[in-house]
Amino acid sequence: MSNGRPNQIFRNLNAKVAAIPMIATASVVFVGGTVWTVYYSFTSSKLLPKAKFVGLDQYERLWSTNRWLVSIENLFIYGVFSLIFSLVIGFLLAALLDQKIRFENTFRTIFLYPFALSFIVTGLVWQWILNPDFGVQQVVRDLGWTSFTFDPLYNAEIVIYGVLIAGLWQGTGLIMCLMLAGLRGIDEDIWKAARVDGIPMWKTYLFIIIPMMRPVFITTLVIIASGIVRVYDLIVAQTSGGPGIASEVPAKYVYDAMFLKQNLGQGFAGSTMMLLSVLIVLIPWAYLEFGGKKHG
Amino acid sequence: MVEAVAGPAGPRPVRALSRRNIILYGTLIVIAIYYILPLYVMVVTSLKGMPEIRLGNIFSPPVEVTFQPWVKAWAQACTGLNCDGLSRGFWNSVVITVPSVVLSIVIASVNGYALANWRFRGANIFFTILIFGAFIPYQVMIYPLVIILREIGLYGKLPGLVLVHTIFGMPILTLLFRNYFTSIPEELFKAARVDGAGFWGIYFKIMLPMSLPIFVVAMILQITGIWNDFLFGVIYTKPEAYPMTVQLNNIVKSVQGVQEYNVNMAATILTGLVPLIVYFVSGKLFVRGIAAGAVKG
Repeated sequence: MSNGRPNQIFRNLNAKVAAIPMIATASVVFVGGTVWTVYYSFTSSKLLPKAKFVGLDQYERLWSTNRWLVSIENLFIYGVFSLIFSLVIGFLLAALLDQKIRFENTFRTIFLYPFALSFIVTGLVWQWILNPDFGVQQVVRDLGWTSFTFDPLYNAEIVIYGVLIAGLWQGTGLIMCLMLAGLRGIDEDIWKAARVDGIPMWKTYLFIIIPMMRPVFITTLVIIASGIVRVYDLIVAQTSGGPGIASEVPAKYVYDAMFLKQNLGQGFAGSTMMLLSVLIVLIPWAYLEFGGKKHG
Repeated sequence: MVEAVAGPAGPRPVRALSRRNIILYGTLIVIAIYYILPLYVMVVTSLKGMPEIRLGNIFSPPVEVTFQPWVKAWAQACTGLNCDGLSRGFWNSVVITVPSVVLSIVIASVNGYALANWRFRGANIFFTILIFGAFIPYQVMIYPLVIILREIGLYGKLPGLVLVHTIFGMPILTLLFRNYFTSIPEELFKAARVDGAGFWGIYFKIMLPMSLPIFVVAMILQITGIWNDFLFGVIYTKPEAYPMTVQLNNIVKSVQGVQEYNVNMAATILTGLVPLIVYFVSGKLFVRGIAAGAVKG
């Protein structure tokens, strides 16, 4: 390509100009911003970022703050259950829709529409449905079961599961769509062969189809995982972190530290930990996807 | 709404009511009801008066239909000192969404085109960083962006927020356009080159007219994404310019006076209406949009 002529930069100039926004975003915001935040997480920044280094102090403080520990625990519970249920429900819905059924479009439209709604809307609707004085709990009590108790949003022990219900309602449609695309990508002959061999349907799914869909599952997993770490709006709308601090999450800790408590150092340390947790998922994935073979 | 999915209605003559079908459609219908229920509850609650809400249950249809909550949510609901309802947030969201959608799509489509057809050295490095950037938690980048915007004088202003949406929409849109342009036969591009068309000539005369569907997909993706945004709106704008989602949350969370659940639910539907309309109108393209955004090509 290059023959070392001095006007090298001007070759293909239009394309380079067109790529300037990408280059700026990738290098300044994504790389630069990340490095900047990690760098300042080692400083004692309060109201304004100051390059006064305090080593790992912010991290020590972070991990000895009860609210952060609760946040991490919630993220963990929410994350594990959200991953499992999203994948299982998403796959089951996709498998149901893949049975050559009538009204497939109608069903798909119904399962997917919550995904078009924002987390704020989702959170507020479910806050209303789970309202103990008017919602599900009261409806069941009115039916005669007067001791029925279901008030996840007012019970610190189970509040995160209340959020989970809303999160799953909003997000499983997307997973279903991805899984359905994966199922449709599987050769019809596999099904025929399995049927000829007399393998029951559930066995075909479990031992043939799902292993074949490994790439779809991995991609879906990465998408769900990177979404989970970001969970913020849903909590803000549905519980505001309450009762008490029972449903706090890291993203909210970071936001509050940066913009409400003028404690930038804590915000930077918290967001760096969030980055770290994403990298734990992302690096093995990238290695699996792009390691070895050249891609994209 | 439930009637629309009423089971295996038009049966294939032979074995429409087989046990398998009953279980299959039964399961699907039960799940469908679960998914529809929140929307139903929202609509029903928003059409009731407060006395009826206090007495009845949330699933029962309104005895006396009233549109007062909708009027109040739109024009009178209070956040702080402002009592001009959600309409303010609606127009703010329009003013935020329109330029953000246009700018992000223009930049990403030209960029995707450059990456697909005019590869230059180093392009792929930045593209890879861009895609990885899509997975980095926003929280890592929001404060540096505050500083950048403050330095260029756009912090707290509309153009600043538009810029932020353009930046964070770039990974997925660029991927979308790059993959689409790559799938257009190379011969077309080469023929145009032979005929003397340049970078912009080919983009406007060949690529653009051939890729209208993908532009629609990108628009769907961006309109719903930006309309539904909360975090960037709350960080990068001032209270009087808050988008609809932020204002909605503030209206519902405002502690003054008695909670008016019907007004809250009317406000919630109003906020969800734009993406819902986009969703129901666009149908398959929406699915294609999210699939394109989610599964890499």
